[in-house]
Amino acid sequence: MNDSGPVRFIAKNMRVDLHLIGGMIAPGTRVLDIGCGDGELIEYLYRTKGCDARGIEIDMAEVSRAVGHGLAVMHGDADIDLAHYPDGAFDYVVLSRTLQAVERPREVLRQMLRIGTSAVVSFPNFGHWLVRWQLLRRGRMPLTPTWNRPWYETPNIHPCTIHDFFDLCAREGYDVAQWLAADEAGRRAPWRRYPRLANLFGEQAVVLLRRA
Amino acid sequence: MDETRIFADVKHSHVTFPEGMVLECGTRLKRLDVAYRTYGTLNAEKTNAVLVCHALTGDQYVAETHPVTGRPGWWDLVVGPGRPVDTGRFFVICANVLGGCMGSTGPRSPRDDTDADPPPVWGTDFPPVTIRDMVRAQKRLIDHLGIARVFAVLGGSMGGMQVLQWAADYPDAVFAAVPVAAAAHHSAQNIAFHEVGRQAIFADPDWQGGRYWQDGKTPARGLAVARMCAHITYLSEQALTRKFGRRLQNAPKNPTEAIGLFGDMFEVESYLHHQGSTFVHRFDANSYLTITRAMDYFDLTTDHGGDLATAFRGTRTRFCVVSFTSDWLFPTAESRAIARALNRAAANVSFVEIPSDKGHDAFLLDEPDFHRTLAGFLGGCAEHAGLR
Repeated sequence: MNDSGPVRFIAKNMRVDLHLIGGMIAPGTRVLDIGCGDGELIEYLYRTKGCDARGIEIDMAEVSRAVGHGLAVMHGDADIDLAHYPDGAFDYVVLSRTLQAVERPREVLRQMLRIGTSAVVSFPNFGHWLVRWQLLRRGRMPLTPTWNRPWYETPNIHPCTIHDFFDLCAREGYDVAQWLAADEAGRRAPWRRYPRLANLFGEQAVVLLRRA
Repeated sequence: MDETRIFADVKHSHVTFPEGMVLECGTRLKRLDVAYRTYGTLNAEKTNAVLVCHALTGDQYVAETHPVTGRPGWWDLVVGPGRPVDTGRFFVICANVLGGCMGSTGPRSPRDDTDADPPPVWGTDFPPVTIRDMVRAQKRLIDHLGIARVFAVLGGSMGGMQVLQWAADYPDAVFAAVPVAAAAHHSAQNIAFHEVGRQAIFADPDWQGGRYWQDGKTPARGLAVARMCAHITYLSEQALTRKFGRRLQNAPKNPTEAIGLFGDMFEVESYLHHQGSTFVHRFDANSYLTITRAMDYFDLTTDHGGDLATAFRGTRTRFCVVSFTSDWLFPTAESRAIARALNRAAANVSFVEIPSDKGHDAFLLDEPDFHRTLAGFLGGCAEHAGLR
């Protein structure tokens, strides 16, 4: 992490993204990955699924690495640059573990489902029991392996729980076509049919949304 | 700077299109010469061609010793064996722009609208050309070489303008496009700087209303001042400070000795004088006027009804837009506007701003991040194009 550069949420665990997000994306489709880092997911989707995958990334060093690796990545900011894409330009728009760090999550979601037919969103779950327990027991902002930066320097300005997210989707009229909870290492949690348990034990959620 | 000799006449390899070309202004050039150089080998399928577009004062000698100055090619660092544009892999073409002075039809060419024998040169009567005219002349060359689609078109500054024009006018003939340190239009500030340069040329008594060629003179002082002014815009404040600071040269040895008011006192002055005086040996003043005007006219956005995205609607070309942090002549905002327009057109676009303190000139200099990005982009495109 470069002190002068933009703060990222956490180093992304690409293995998690590749399997959980990649698993929700059909082969041969057009994909836009927002906050794509050095483009590993894009490359994975291109190589293994023949997708036309592109990315936006705010950290210039990452952009440079991605383009230098032959990937179609542009420097841009999710809060600003999505507005410049036409309606329905992509089959999937992916936002991996970034929603909680953007200025206007609701607007970003709206843009994602305007640009894409589907959106794949993954985010760390603030409803996880350890977060709740730390806050309850110590009365201080939680510090967990997932939420691992102190409140005064975290880029995560909009944390939410799985419940909160589903709530927002219902309010905005988005269809949750598919979802799963997973632990930090990307192992699927068995809470698919029990959202309340997922919200308590899932460290992160991956959700496939469609325009209703 | 009383050098008034017109720069050396050198034969440039070229192709002549005897049918000529109708320019955007409506004038018909009865004969069109396009001087060009190539590097590497065109493959049997003719799919590995890379067209390099040069900037205002560049020319076709991209990657070889310049026949007039004896200096290395202007993009030696980018084009060559093992370079980002690897001539072991690609067939690189660069043509002198229409209106230029290195062998392509321009103000130094003989008029084609007179019966005089021998015909006088065009001089300032050379019709105004546009970036689009330059690109159409290059398209003639590409057709002549039997290439249906170039693998990539790339260029910096005015070269980047040509890249954009290529992608807009011939989307099916361009697989990948790399506009570097460019803009979709020339800004008011840029036009203003050009106008200072042009006025310097006009003000030189040797310019003689543009007919300086009649008695073998050249408006060397005016052209040198134009170059000095332009050169400042190619650099950044940091670069000038790093290179020269406030260092004096020829400073009086005795501090009490009166210093002259003028003369090369600061190093930066002497550097600019050098830039100006060497330039006049390799560039024609009327070409400078013609080409700066072509840049000023350039406005791809207005040409497409006020929305740049319209220029690229439905394009399948893969773009890599590159800018440099300290470039204030073609700032990143201009490149970002291009990238966003390409987004609006749903084009495949990569956009990178390279950190550099070298100003606009960075695209010509040793910038490893830029070179790595370019090599990677071309490599990725080659894979998509099925190039071996």
